[in-house]
Amino acid sequence: MAATSSTFFARHGKLERHSLLLLIAIIVVVSIGGLVEIAPLFYLQSTIEKVDGMRPYTPLELEGRDIYIREGCYLCHSQMIRPLKDEVERYGHYSLAAESMYDHPFQWGSKRTGPDLARVGGKYSDAWHRDHLIDPRSVVPESVMPPYAFLAKKDLDYRDVADKMRAMQRLGVPYTDAEIASAQDDLLAQADPTVSGRALKSHYGSKLNVRDFDGDPTRVSELDALIAYLQMTGTLVDFSTYKADAPANKR
Amino acid sequence: MVTLPVKRGETSGEAVYFLIATALLDLVAILATAASHDPLFQFQGYIFIAAFTLGAFALTGGIFGGTLKSPQDKYSDGVIRAGVIATMFWGVAGMLVGCIIAAQLSFPRIFYFSDFGFLNFGRLRPLHTSAVIFAFGGNALIATSFWVVQRTCRARLFGGMLPWFVFWGYQLFICLAGLGYLVGITQSQEYAEPEWLTDLWLTIVWVAYLLVFLGTIWKRTEPHIYVANWFYLAFIVTIAILHLTNNAALPVSFLNHRSYSVWSGVQSALVQWWYGHNAVGFFLTAGFLAMMYYFIPKRAERPIYSYRLSIVHFWALIFIYIWAGPHHLHYTALPQWTQTLGMTFSVMLWMPSWGGMINGLMTLSGAWDKLRTDPVIRMLIVSLAFYGMSTFEGPVMSIRAVNALSHYTDWTIGHVHSGALGWVGFVTFGCIYCMVPWLWKKKSLYSNTLVEWHFWIATTGILLYITAMWVSGIMEGLMWREYTPQGFLAYSFVETVAAKHVENVVRLIGGVMYLTGFLIMIYNLVRTVGMPSSEPAELKANLAPAPLAIPAE
Repeated sequence: MAATSSTFFARHGKLERHSLLLLIAIIVVVSIGGLVEIAPLFYLQSTIEKVDGMRPYTPLELEGRDIYIREGCYLCHSQMIRPLKDEVERYGHYSLAAESMYDHPFQWGSKRTGPDLARVGGKYSDAWHRDHLIDPRSVVPESVMPPYAFLAKKDLDYRDVADKMRAMQRLGVPYTDAEIASAQDDLLAQADPTVSGRALKSHYGSKLNVRDFDGDPTRVSELDALIAYLQMTGTLVDFSTYKADAPANKR
Repeated sequence: MVTLPVKRGETSGEAVYFLIATALLDLVAILATAASHDPLFQFQGYIFIAAFTLGAFALTGGIFGGTLKSPQDKYSDGVIRAGVIATMFWGVAGMLVGCIIAAQLSFPRIFYFSDFGFLNFGRLRPLHTSAVIFAFGGNALIATSFWVVQRTCRARLFGGMLPWFVFWGYQLFICLAGLGYLVGITQSQEYAEPEWLTDLWLTIVWVAYLLVFLGTIWKRTEPHIYVANWFYLAFIVTIAILHLTNNAALPVSFLNHRSYSVWSGVQSALVQWWYGHNAVGFFLTAGFLAMMYYFIPKRAERPIYSYRLSIVHFWALIFIYIWAGPHHLHYTALPQWTQTLGMTFSVMLWMPSWGGMINGLMTLSGAWDKLRTDPVIRMLIVSLAFYGMSTFEGPVMSIRAVNALSHYTDWTIGHVHSGALGWVGFVTFGCIYCMVPWLWKKKSLYSNTLVEWHFWIATTGILLYITAMWVSGIMEGLMWREYTPQGFLAYSFVETVAAKHVENVVRLIGGVMYLTGFLIMIYNLVRTVGMPSSEPAELKANLAPAPLAIPAE
């Protein structure tokens, strides 16, 4: 025993004298765990559930999501309801992997300084969101959330929305070329109910929120986009056809 | 006195190449900024232009002034002095932002300004985390690694001006990332928030860092590579792998600041937390253990307790850490087999972590009296105690049943800060207290009494911070799952927010105390640098004796 262990430590001396051997040994040792855990997620069929209703974000929601990211909302709000009794009662059906499959990257978060937002869509009125984002303590006196009054004053800069969708398409999000071509028109149509939304609905389905979200019909503000995104979260999957107990959905 | 084989300082010719490259990059930055219509891309462009223009002027001045020398018979210590100053500067900046966001959560009616989005919590929080981890911690790692690798290899830093490129390039990365957060440039991956352009720049700097470090090891005149350098090497290489994988992204266009991660949904979650946990494992653990492995034996004037323990715990630590990421995703939509695997390895990680703690603590065998007489040693040893505590707490929190309570709560914040303030902060302070008199050729620090004050104020601050977060974290976790006898949820969410007010204030006080200790340290160091030098200038940076901790055969 003593002999084998001293040979082991003597052999280790070789690594201590050859920096390239040491370097290669380090790379091999640190690669194993990541490969074993991450690689299977890309080919195991069971990683993502089969669901009805998931669609890519509309151009307005996509811009809203970018504002959500820009403002660091994910730092205080999770979008991942765990299958625990109190969470399901508080926030709704536990989150599915399928619900974030078009999220590059995910927005699950890691902290709940504020409540989970995975299913906040439809829970509050646009007017509540508007008041709450402009001055959180006007509707929730104990809140510690920052105010976002500047979003209402800023026009949404959507010049790059088609490029954003093109990038998403290249990464595997199923946007069609027609959807990308009419991105700006679709964006305006969703924020303004007076514009014909026929192309918009043919692209993203009829279950869309189409309205002036920020209460100011004269312009499309950043607040419009953010509220459009929030009002959609967690509403896409059709849970009436989702069988949680089906073997294919057990993970 | 040992001297290095003398070679002519060849830096001046090399400086011309650096100047040409800087001028070309400046031109590219100007053209790209002019061509883009994206204001945030242009913002990054202006930072690049300012940095490259300043760099070009400095290089031109250096070439004509003849100040760019690389004397091969001396250690390269100027870049380390700059690194120490940068560590102190960014440390204050990062901790100050930490205090501001703690104040925002305590007194939101006072510390928020509705028309200044750049001062909101969501913009400042990544500024705080990046400034303390990457700016304070990163500069400490680069500076100490440059010190340690030269002394343990008995060789001047490799690459002539390359170490200075690493230093200034890294400061540019910090400015791009930090100012970027303020204006809203982020890809929303925690601890990896900088966008693609900043990520690319960091990649260039990091490759140069690896080259300087490995090149110095290749030049070594010692047969063995000292244990601290294994840890530094593992830190540099693994961070490179993590950075490239987690930041793989497709830019919206080459003139747009925004990019989208190539990973989506559940895969992106796992890649992110594989990255996130190993940023802790390799940036904040392996790198700082490397510092510990040089500075504790050096300061205590004792050899490392066990050479064999250092081998076993080094390989075990780097092998097991990589598996632990999924414990950040318990009960999420990540497949359960992955969660279980992550939890299992997280619990196993307890042992190699404590291996490092024991090896450091027991190095004091026969010199325990120094705990009483030398406040710097006390700081280093207490950092190991905090390291031991948080590497026990971590495995506990990674257990599914515990995590069901602790996840999403302030408990996580407390855990992180016992590691960050107690371990990373204290070990850095200890090393810098050691290095400053060596670097500036002083007999000792200006005042040991001030070190005592720093130690006790900061330690009390940490204890206030982490106990406040334990209380608020466990309290909110329990309140979220509390039911009334009738079977309804007992508390609305905002009641749990309101309940944490006192703990938030205590946390703020703890943080301000920690920062106060830090300011005392900076005063002490400034006075130390101002003291008369103990050695004549020509002996500057002649070789120090090899460390006492070279392993036995």
